Amino acid sequence: MIWLTWRQFRGSAVMTAAVLVVLGITLAVTGPGLASRYAAGIADCAPNDTCTDFFDRFFGEYQIPFLALTLVVLILPALAGLFWGAPLVTRELEAGTHLLVWNQSVTRARWLAVKLGLTGLVAMAAAGVCGLAVTWWSDPLDKSAVPEMAQMAPLVFGARGIAPMAYAAFALVLGVTVGVLVRRTLPAMALTLAAFAAIQLAMPLLVRPHLMPPATSTFELGRTNVEGIVPHGRQGGAMQIFLSTSAVPGHAGAWVLSSDLVDPSGRVVVGDGASGPSSTIARSVPVSTTSGPCAPMRGLGADACTAEINRLGYRQQATYQPLERFWPLQWIETGIYALLTLALAWLCFRRVGRGLS
Amino acid sequence: MTAVLRAQALGKKYGRRWALRECTIDIPAGHIVGLVGPNGAGKSTLLKLACGQLEPTAGGIAVLGGRPGGTPAQLAKVGFVAQDTPVYASLTVAEHLRLGARLNPRWDDGMARERIARLGLVPAHRAGKLSGGQRAQLALTLGLAKRPDLLILDEPAAALDPLARHEFLQHLREAASEHKLSVVLSSHLVSDLEQVCDYLVVLVDSRVQIAGRTDHLLTTHHRLTGPRCDPGRLPADQYVVSARHTDRQSTFVVRAGAPTHDPAWTVSRVSLEDLVLAYMDQHTAEHRRVAQEVRG
Repeated sequence: MIWLTWRQFRGSAVMTAAVLVVLGITLAVTGPGLASRYAAGIADCAPNDTCTDFFDRFFGEYQIPFLALTLVVLILPALAGLFWGAPLVTRELEAGTHLLVWNQSVTRARWLAVKLGLTGLVAMAAAGVCGLAVTWWSDPLDKSAVPEMAQMAPLVFGARGIAPMAYAAFALVLGVTVGVLVRRTLPAMALTLAAFAAIQLAMPLLVRPHLMPPATSTFELGRTNVEGIVPHGRQGGAMQIFLSTSAVPGHAGAWVLSSDLVDPSGRVVVGDGASGPSSTIARSVPVSTTSGPCAPMRGLGADACTAEINRLGYRQQATYQPLERFWPLQWIETGIYALLTLALAWLCFRRVGRGLS
Repeated sequence: MTAVLRAQALGKKYGRRWALRECTIDIPAGHIVGLVGPNGAGKSTLLKLACGQLEPTAGGIAVLGGRPGGTPAQLAKVGFVAQDTPVYASLTVAEHLRLGARLNPRWDDGMARERIARLGLVPAHRAGKLSGGQRAQLALTLGLAKRPDLLILDEPAAALDPLARHEFLQHLREAASEHKLSVVLSSHLVSDLEQVCDYLVVLVDSRVQIAGRTDHLLTTHHRLTGPRCDPGRLPADQYVVSARHTDRQSTFVVRAGAPTHDPAWTVSRVSLEDLVLAYMDQHTAEHRRVAQEVRG
């Protein structure tokens, strides 16, 4: 049975392996150079406190390969579900060969177990190796990425660590399950893609934030969480503050789930419809703009004005998942996908064991 | 001797339509059984139930004394060659034999190779490139080399030209007698079955009409020809299978222990084909009557 499964599968497995080997070699060759450039840059910038500039330059330079690799790791599980999972049984049903193979001296359960097992292991190995290689290669970039592209950011998280392996196993079994329910290859592939995409969107948006209770805290305003500050409109007496929704001070790389400006009494300041740069919210703060640090004439700059607003008692209130939770969250998410995979596999065995012909 | 196939009130429903119903048969071992009936009569359904591809909706079925398809041991005892004789298009002939060897404990590799060579199949050829006839032969080889006790074939000769069909059935008969194999094969062509079968099951409109050894069937069925009359006026022991009337004459195919001795009737033998057609005709006659009643 293993021989037959391998014989039917070896073409696409070898092709995938070849692509992954090329990718692996490319990463292995360029990875050390990237790491040494990062180390040199840090050594350079640390004494004169210009590391933010270095990070921006360094990340900007490698942004395209960074995004491309992240995308490859995100797409790989979907491909496994689409091209290995969905046709696994439907191809046999469409060619009628299930009638041949199910009448050899091997039960359908064993047939499915070997097919699912072997294909699943290859898919998991491919996604796992690819995910870990990209995690290793991207390490210097992950450390210098803007908050929206950091390791904990919804999209990047799924392309790092061990989660891709779980996604691949799940996508494969999802494809097989849809296949045995729909029984035709093309509709099964389309449905698998739609279902997998929906689940991969729902996971970071609806589920992952609550896998561990998020931390809630209030932070002083400063360079990390204030992206800009401008006089509010033409009338004086208020400043417009652009509060970051993706960064909190003191927790670099944290995944910020919510960020609000609270006034000195602790009430959330409501926006007035104005908007700022991306990943910020615009909030109006009453403060003298004719005298004091926020008066444009004084020429003290944004830092002094931010400090003045801070002194008045305004704070950032945020809920977030700190970067230290990266691995706990990876394990929890892997466990969830493993359970889903087992449940779907059970459904497949039930469906193939009886009724399907 | 245990029955190769025993069914008790067996039924299979697809949605709301019964593909097979109230099927009760008991086929003894050691026969080549022909399953005959028009297209859509339920032949494939019965065969798929027998090899475990389908689960019955009603009743029960035992094949060689076991539940079909449940265990590796049961699967090893029953060979099945499906309609259209599916094979893996991307695998070569030799790889199909390897598949058989890997998946069947009783695999007879010598026999498989010998058969392939005798049929002129090239082991290195991909199965997808074979003609319909060659594919059927390859599928039959897989079924035979598995060394089952019962081989089930669903319309095995459908893709073959008349000569290939004749040879195929000839091989089948030889293999059956050589390996003490029971065979159940379906066809809608009586001529196919006449050549090889010594047991016949007639299936019409999802019901078994009659089952028995062919020689027994031929001695218990007769054609009666005589002046036109109503079937009800025939002797009570003559069960009418089909009736045809012209202006002056009536022809009946009847089932009876002994032919009637009434001199009004000319009694003649029926061929297997006549017999099968009579059972199919009986069914159509019933339908015709129903249609007329509805119209009236």
